[in-house]
This record gives sequence, C-alpha cells and structure tokens, in this order.
Amino acid sequence: MTQTAPIIEATNLDKFYGDFHALKDVNLTVHQGQKMVICGPSGSGKSTLIRCFNGLEWHNSGKLVIDGIEVHEHAKEIRELRQEVGMVFQQFNLFPHLTVLENLTIGPMKVRRIGQQEAEETARKYLDRVHIPEQANKYPSQLSGGQQQRVAIARSLCMETRIMLFDEPTSALDPEMINEVLDVMVELANTGMTMVVVTHEMGFARKVADTMVFMEDGRIVETSPPDQFFTNPSSERCRIFLDQILEH
Amino acid sequence: MPPVHSFVQRLKWPDYLIAAVLIGFFGYIWYAIEGTLNYKWRWELIPGYIVGWHTGREEYFANLLLQGLTATIRISIYASILALILGTILGVARCSANLTVRMLARTYLEFLRNIPPVVVVFIFFFFLSQQLIDALDLARWSRGIARQDDIWLWELFFGDMRRFPSLISGVIVLALFESAFVGEIVRAGIQSVPKGQREAARSIGMSRTQELRYIVLPQAMKKVVPPMANQFITLIKDSSIISLISVQELTYKTVELVASSRMIFEAWITTAAFYFIVCFGLSRLFARFEKRSDQR
Repeated sequence: MTQTAPIIEATNLDKFYGDFHALKDVNLTVHQGQKMVICGPSGSGKSTLIRCFNGLEWHNSGKLVIDGIEVHEHAKEIRELRQEVGMVFQQFNLFPHLTVLENLTIGPMKVRRIGQQEAEETARKYLDRVHIPEQANKYPSQLSGGQQQRVAIARSLCMETRIMLFDEPTSALDPEMINEVLDVMVELANTGMTMVVVTHEMGFARKVADTMVFMEDGRIVETSPPDQFFTNPSSERCRIFLDQILEH
Repeated sequence: MPPVHSFVQRLKWPDYLIAAVLIGFFGYIWYAIEGTLNYKWRWELIPGYIVGWHTGREEYFANLLLQGLTATIRISIYASILALILGTILGVARCSANLTVRMLARTYLEFLRNIPPVVVVFIFFFFLSQQLIDALDLARWSRGIARQDDIWLWELFFGDMRRFPSLISGVIVLALFESAFVGEIVRAGIQSVPKGQREAARSIGMSRTQELRYIVLPQAMKKVVPPMANQFITLIKDSSIISLISVQELTYKTVELVASSRMIFEAWITTAAFYFIVCFGLSRLFARFEKRSDQR
C-alpha cells in the first residue's frame, strides 16, 4: 500500500481517570484512506483512544494532531475538528425526539448553516447509501437496532466528514442485525473513507482492515497488517486473545 | 374469575370502628360550635358574596369571593409562566459548566429552601418587587389607565387596574418563590437525558448552546411535564401566602369577608372548597392527559 499523508498522529499519549492510567504512552499514525481496526480485551483503552480523536475525552500528556489541528482541551478549533471527524457509538445515540430525516439534517443545518432543502437532499442521498430511504419520516424508536445504527452512520456521513470513528458499532445489536451494519461499513470503506474501528468482528476486520492494532492495559501491544496479525502475531498476548475470540 | 364485591361488602369491622371514631369526632366539634359557641349558621348569605345583586344598577356583579377567585387564577397563571421562564434559566444554570454560575444558582435555591415561605415573601416584596414597581413608576401608569374609558380588555387580563401594582408584585413574588422548585425539576429533567445524547450532539460539531437548545432541553422538557403540572397546582395553593402583602386574592378577600360579616366558618369552608375544586380538578385533568400521552 502506498503511504498517503498522515491524518491522525498521536505521540506519547497518556490519559488518566483519577488514579487509573487509561492510556500509556500511545503512539499511532493513521494515514488518509487507511482502514484501521483496533481490538483488545475490555478495559484496554480502545474506546478511550478513539474518543480522544474527536475531543470527547482529553489526553493528559503527549501530542495529538488531527487533520493539521493540535487537539487539546482548550483548542478553539475543536468544533471544526468534530465536523471533520464523525463518530458512531455503540448505543447509536440517535436523537429520539427527532425523525430520522431531522436527525440527519440538524447537524448540517445548525452547525454548517446549510439550507433545509439542500440538507434534506444530502440526507436522502445518505439514507439511500445505508439502504433505508423509506424510513425517513419515522422516529428512531420505530426502527430496529440495525436500522438505527445505519441511521447513525448516515448522520455522521451527512456532515461530510473526512474520518469516521466507530466505537464497537455492532456490540449492542442482536446477532441477526450485525451483518446489515457491517455491510454498510464495508461499502463505506470502498469509497475511500478513512476509518478507525473498534470492534471484535474479526470477519469484518479480515475483509476491510489494512492495519490491525491490538491494545491491552492501556498500551498498544501490536500493530501489523491483517494477514500477519491473524496468522502470525508477534506478541503472545495477542495470540491468546485471538484464540479466545476466534475459537467458536 | 373472582367475585366482584361492592364497596359495602368489602368493609370489615375495623372500617366500622374507624368510621364510628370519625363520626364521634366531628359530632363533638359540631356540638362545640352549636352548643358552646352558640354559633348561628348563615349559609344562605354565602351565594350573595360570590355573585352579588346590585340593587341600584339592577345587575349582578362579582362579589368578594368570586373577585378573589378570579384574582387567584390570574395571578397563578402569570406567576407560573414567569416561574417557568426563571426556573428554566435556573435549571440550566444548575447544570452549567461554569462553577460561578452553578454556585449562584445553588445559593438561590438553598436560600429559598431554608427560609420559611412567609419570610421569603416579605423579603422579595420589600427588597425586590416594591423597588421594581417604584422604579418603573407602575402605580402612576396604571392609575392613568384606570381613568380611561373602555378598558374591558385590561380588566379582563388584570382585574381592577387601580390594584395593578399589587397584582404585579404578587406575581413577581410568587414566581420568584416557585422558580427555585421549577428549577430543580428542570435540572432533574436535564440530568435525565442520557450522556450519549450530549456526546452525539458534540460529535456532529454542535456548540454547548446548540446541544442544550436542540438536543437536551427538548427531551428534558418532555420528561418534566408531569412534575411541572404538580408544581402548578402547588403554586395555586402557595398563592394564598401573598395575601400577607395585601394582594387581593382569594385568601385576602376571605379575611376581608370574615372581618365584615363574621361568618367565620361559612366563609373559610367556602374558600377551602374553591381551592379544593380548582386544584383537585386540575390534578384529575393532568392525570387524564398523562394517561393519554402514555398510550401514544
């Protein structure tokens, strides 16, 4: 793979929650168009790391540069940054008091100050892209989990983001709905979007990822291309973890 | 299917005992009033104090009790609108990221929670609403309106215009007093909105103000409708306190009626019934709305 320009550069990141050392000296570079999958046992800091990438958490020391903006708690550009970095949450977090269409248009209209008509056209385009154009006027509670998560993906896409972060997007879903969400994510990957995905869906990782990252105990233990990662991981702990989740 | 028993069939012997004790108790009070005080009941005069007949002009007019009731209803409506506005600001301030703002809101709340309502009413009256009315010169302005002809619209909304300043200070005092409790309801509503909602709003680039206005408050306000309706009923009851600062609402008018006619028991029982009918009626009405919105 030819190297493109780096879009996320984390250098020596440390993060504490009180006494708990959540991220320990994390170094990571994501290039434009890269598809990175981060996995690891729960509590290993995966979610914390990607939440730092759009300013939902703040690192305590180290340096984080995203799309040319240095991220820290008092950065004025943090709102511009968030418009470039989309986030899909485990619990979908759709706005329950708004219809699907309003969920998709509120960001572009209020944040980017785009007219309603244009925002709705964009929204319908992305609803098409996630295969639920017919649900536009329903409320989130009327949709299945899989549909809700696809709306959440469309909501991020409507902001025309350059990077998409996924925080365990399929963990809260019933098994039969996981594939419809993963399919949308695969299609999204094919459009060239930069993606950082925290997930345990190794089938998806094999299909899409160009870089696998394994985290444990706040540290990045292993970073390697998927063929090497799945067949011959360099660290013992990563091997054990993979054995555990791939066994059945 | 279990047999359905009527109310009487379900009564057991303790129920009869309790009923007997209650009848005995009220019978004794009745006896005390009738026998010892030699009280003369004049219930027949009460309707005349609700709607009076003006013999000179040959027309009906709203007498003391009805005047008081309409004043109470007016004041309650205006005060709850004002309290809702102030309380929302207060509730938002209680959840502010800024420590000073949070502390100020907290101080106001603790002040109101730990001082008796009567004292609060006097303090608000002398320190705030009186100064405000003087500063705006409301007394002269309203006298000017009272002197004009054809002021039925003014009177529909504010009653006797000569009493306008007193009505306004009543509304202000009551609203300030209730705003603290409305603020707590709003704060609870805001905090009941899941954290993920705020994160989602922030992740699409919303500012804190936008997050509050478009995402958090609409959801919070929907959740606080039932406690807010209860608070409105509480406000109607609390409005009797402002009779102390000579606002001519129902309680004040009743005191006036008792002083002039000496119908202590009839007047107070009637007034109690007015408050009860208004408050109980509203609570049943709100309960029905709530049930209907649950079904949806």
